[in-house]
Amino acid sequence: MAREIEFREALREAMSEEMRADPRVYLIGEEVADYNGAYKVSKGMLEEFGPRRIIDTPISESGFAGLGIGSTMLGLRPIVEFMSWSFSLVAADQILNNAPKMLYMSGGQFGCPIVFRGNDGAGGQLGSTHSWCVESLYANVPGLKMIIPSNPHDAKGLLKSAIRDDNPVFCLESERLLSIKGDVPEGDYVVPIGKATIHREGTDCTLVGFGRTVYFCEQAADQLAREGISCEILDMRSIRPLDMEAIIRSVKKTNYCVVVDQSWSFASIGSEVAAEVHAACFDDLDNHVHRVHNDDVPAPYSHDLEQEMLPNARKICEAVRSVTYNA
Amino acid sequence: MSTTETANHVVENTVPVPDPEVLKSWLRDMLQIREFEVRSMQAYQNKLAGGFLHVYNGQEAVAVGCIAAMRHTDPVITAYRDHGHALARGLDPKIGFAELFGRIDGCAKGKGGSMHFFDRNNSMFGGHGIVGAQCPLGTGLAFATKYTDEVIKGGTSDSVTACFLGDGALNQGSVHEAMNLAVIFDLPIVFCVENNRYAMGTAVDRCTASGNQITNRALAFGMESRTIDGMDIIEVYREMKGIINQVRATTKPFFVDIDTYRFKGHSMSDPRKYRTHEEEQEYEADDPIEKLTRYLLALKAMTEEEIKSLSKQVRHEIREAVNWASQSPVPDVSELHHDVYADTWGDYTGTSLPRYMKPATDEDATSGEASNGS
Repeated sequence: MAREIEFREALREAMSEEMRADPRVYLIGEEVADYNGAYKVSKGMLEEFGPRRIIDTPISESGFAGLGIGSTMLGLRPIVEFMSWSFSLVAADQILNNAPKMLYMSGGQFGCPIVFRGNDGAGGQLGSTHSWCVESLYANVPGLKMIIPSNPHDAKGLLKSAIRDDNPVFCLESERLLSIKGDVPEGDYVVPIGKATIHREGTDCTLVGFGRTVYFCEQAADQLAREGISCEILDMRSIRPLDMEAIIRSVKKTNYCVVVDQSWSFASIGSEVAAEVHAACFDDLDNHVHRVHNDDVPAPYSHDLEQEMLPNARKICEAVRSVTYNA
Repeated sequence: MSTTETANHVVENTVPVPDPEVLKSWLRDMLQIREFEVRSMQAYQNKLAGGFLHVYNGQEAVAVGCIAAMRHTDPVITAYRDHGHALARGLDPKIGFAELFGRIDGCAKGKGGSMHFFDRNNSMFGGHGIVGAQCPLGTGLAFATKYTDEVIKGGTSDSVTACFLGDGALNQGSVHEAMNLAVIFDLPIVFCVENNRYAMGTAVDRCTASGNQITNRALAFGMESRTIDGMDIIEVYREMKGIINQVRATTKPFFVDIDTYRFKGHSMSDPRKYRTHEEEQEYEADDPIEKLTRYLLALKAMTEEEIKSLSKQVRHEIREAVNWASQSPVPDVSELHHDVYADTWGDYTGTSLPRYMKPATDEDATSGEASNGS
């Protein structure tokens, strides 16, 4: 039975169901217990699972990220919440050096089944230090998986897959999406990691996005539909593994592609997808792939400037018009 | 009966000196580590081993004494100067050399190297290359044993983790964070600082505030601490035995400043210009292996002949281990994409245990093998 719940509730259901099923799973992070979660994602979980499994930490990301990783070496399966992925930068050594490489460095002796999750990307006027989009930086590292759900249904299903995965999985959420509602089945289901989905079908141009940018793509597609351009929106959902087959299938149909990525353009997910599409669809493309990114600047505080920085609908519309000019 | 100054009081150590047979086994273990390191340096010069090589000569009493005071199932984790801990834990020297030589029979199939000796069967959790980074992991090991005993099994905490670090690591933020977490979460962990007086080439008093009294660091966290002589294995064992017993009972962390000395340089490229020849000679006169040898001779537990024979036997064993390891094949190129992910996708071929840990018939890589010691 599906019912409409918020994105944050979907995340909570995923964690709670997995914790009920597996005593090795615990949640640790800043303000996850007594405070009920800085963004209320873990609201009520302390009450159900108690302080031994819902664990408040000091403001000490390197410490508690490393603690989580160490505990996997003895078979536990932690969920580590970063209040913001921006704060994960101070834990970079643990999450990039230890988690994704432990299995390799130990010659297969120690895997690292851990989930890191939290808010990623611009919030609302938080300025540059709190608005990090870490996906392009972190997705560069082999050994980790990365998921970026765009809606409550996928948030629950992907997070459940992540908790059951035997590898480190980075789950990037958006503060701007936590309150959106969507249909979510009650009880157990999973969305497999590594599978993209067609968010909206179309015929003239493929928009490839993930997370919050799917909504920017929707706004742009609505506008472009009025201009007679039919866009197909593909929601990547997983960054590593990346479902290139689904992207290629769509591009072979539309012959045009615009990638929408909320991180900076240089050496990014957008540039990776563009390179792969060019290689795989060389004969199918009627123009080169266009990319829409955050502007190549630190995130500004001022409201209008921040909106202008984002890969917003206006920029996507301009890119689609530009790429399909010869259609 | 030795006595030790702690922050507030003098504690009389009631742990008895072990039987001579136990002392003999320690002598053998220390000789094995020393000889392993001598041959490692030789292999490095002969280009059988590459990368960085950090040898443990002079510090043998620390690893052997501490580990003797623990149960075999108690987790051990350390930094990159890790050969001694792995051997003291029971890693076969031939597997260690195979790792050093980058061969498939190594403990990490030649993918980890000198700084990353792991041995799950002997509760040896690495071998970590970034200074101090093993300390949050160590608190995680202590967290996991306590969580497993108390939350999953519903019993009482029954393991103690030994987290080794050097004095140079004391200035890393991750170490402070780990100590803070260990205190607030009541974790059964002993931070064993191998205080060899140098952070690479920088003397402890040049880089560490209150470097002449590093237990002050523990004081700041309200953690109990003690300074012990790391060149005397009997003292190391007796002090650590008491500390480990206490931590097992209280599940509260402990900080030990273990005074020791690194006879060789930081790594193989270190000309040791930052310290005097006289200082080195002074510490070499305090060699922990010679100290235990003298003790055993005085006890008449061993004769000069028996010591020589033991030494010869260890040299022979290590020479054989080097020969065995140098015959081990280099990893097949297919190993490059193996052990990256626990599952199989794209170019990745899943994972499997190193050969020395596998049952003879198990040839298949399965994801289940990466699911750790549960």
